[in-house]
Amino acid sequence: MLKIGSYEFTSRLLLGTGKYPDFDIQKEAVAVSGTEILTFSVRRMNIFEPSLPNFLEKLDLKKYILLPNTAGAKTAIEAVRIAKLAKASGLCDMVKVEVIGCQKTLLPDPIETLKASEELVKEGFIVLPYTSDDVLLAKRLEEVGCHAIMPGASPIGSGQGIINPLNLSFIIEQTNLPVIIDAGIGTPSDAAIAMELGADGVLLNTAVSGANDPVKMALAMKLAIEAGRLGFEAGRIPKKRYATASSPSERMSFS
Amino acid sequence: MELVINGDKVEVPNSVETIAHLLHHFELQQKVVIVEWNAKILEKGLHQETKLCNGDKVELVHFVGGG
Repeated sequence: MLKIGSYEFTSRLLLGTGKYPDFDIQKEAVAVSGTEILTFSVRRMNIFEPSLPNFLEKLDLKKYILLPNTAGAKTAIEAVRIAKLAKASGLCDMVKVEVIGCQKTLLPDPIETLKASEELVKEGFIVLPYTSDDVLLAKRLEEVGCHAIMPGASPIGSGQGIINPLNLSFIIEQTNLPVIIDAGIGTPSDAAIAMELGADGVLLNTAVSGANDPVKMALAMKLAIEAGRLGFEAGRIPKKRYATASSPSERMSFS
Repeated sequence: MELVINGDKVEVPNSVETIAHLLHHFELQQKVVIVEWNAKILEKGLHQETKLCNGDKVELVHFVGGG
C-alpha cells in the first residue's frame, strides 16, 4: 500500500497525461496501467473553441486522484499560484511542485522548489515536490512538511533511465517519506530497478505515451513496477565473486 | 464592455454582468474551468456573485495533459 498524506493507493504507478497519440489510446493505456494517480498541467483555455475535447472529460474522475503539476513555473511564487488555481477547481488537493531552473536540462531549481513546497504545505496542500537526487535537499523538503519526495532518475523525457542509483538509495534510506522516482524512466527494467532500490512508486509519462504501442507499454510498466516491488520486499541474495552450486555436491551416482 | 481575458482584449455584451454570465457566454458552464479575476482566484461558489467591470482582467484556465 502506498500512503501519501491522507490517501492510500494499491498501485505504485503514477501516470502522466501528456503527449499521447490520441484520447482513445490514452484512455486504454490509463486503464491497463492500473494507475490511481494521474498528473495534469494547468494552462489557459482557448475560449473561442469551447468544443475542443479535453482528456479530463473522458475520465471517470471518481476512479482517479488528480495530481496537477506546477510545470511552467520558474519561481516559487509562480508555482504557488498555479497550485492554488488547480485547487480552486475543487477536484484536487495534491500538487506536484515543479519549478524548472534550466530550460535545456529541465532540472528543478532546488531553492525555489523548497520555498514553494514550504508555502504550499502551510496552505494545506498535499505536497509532492519533483527534485534533483540530492539527499540533503530531500531532508529539507521533509522538514518543511512535504508528503512525498520525487527525485528524478534522469532528465525529463530523456529516457536515460536511472543514472545515479546510489543517490536515489540515499534518499530512500534517509528520509521517512514515500519516495517516488519521477522523470527519465525509459524502459520497464528502469522502473523495476527503481522499485528494487526500495522506491515507493514511479511517476512516468513519455516512456508510455511515446512508445510505439502505449497500451502495451503501460501494461509492461505496471508489471515491472509490481515485479520490482515484490523483489525488493522479498530481499535479494548477496552478490558473490564466485559460483555456489544450486545442486547437492554429495551422493553422486558415480565413484 | 471590454475585458482582458487570458491576456487578450475581448469585447463582451453588456448582458454579461457576472463571472457566471461570462462562462455561459463562452459556453464553458459545463467545463472544468478555473477563474482568476483581477489576480484573485475564485472558488466556484463565487462565480454568481462576482460582478464584472470594464477593463477587468480574467484568466480562464483548465487542466491539460502533462507529466
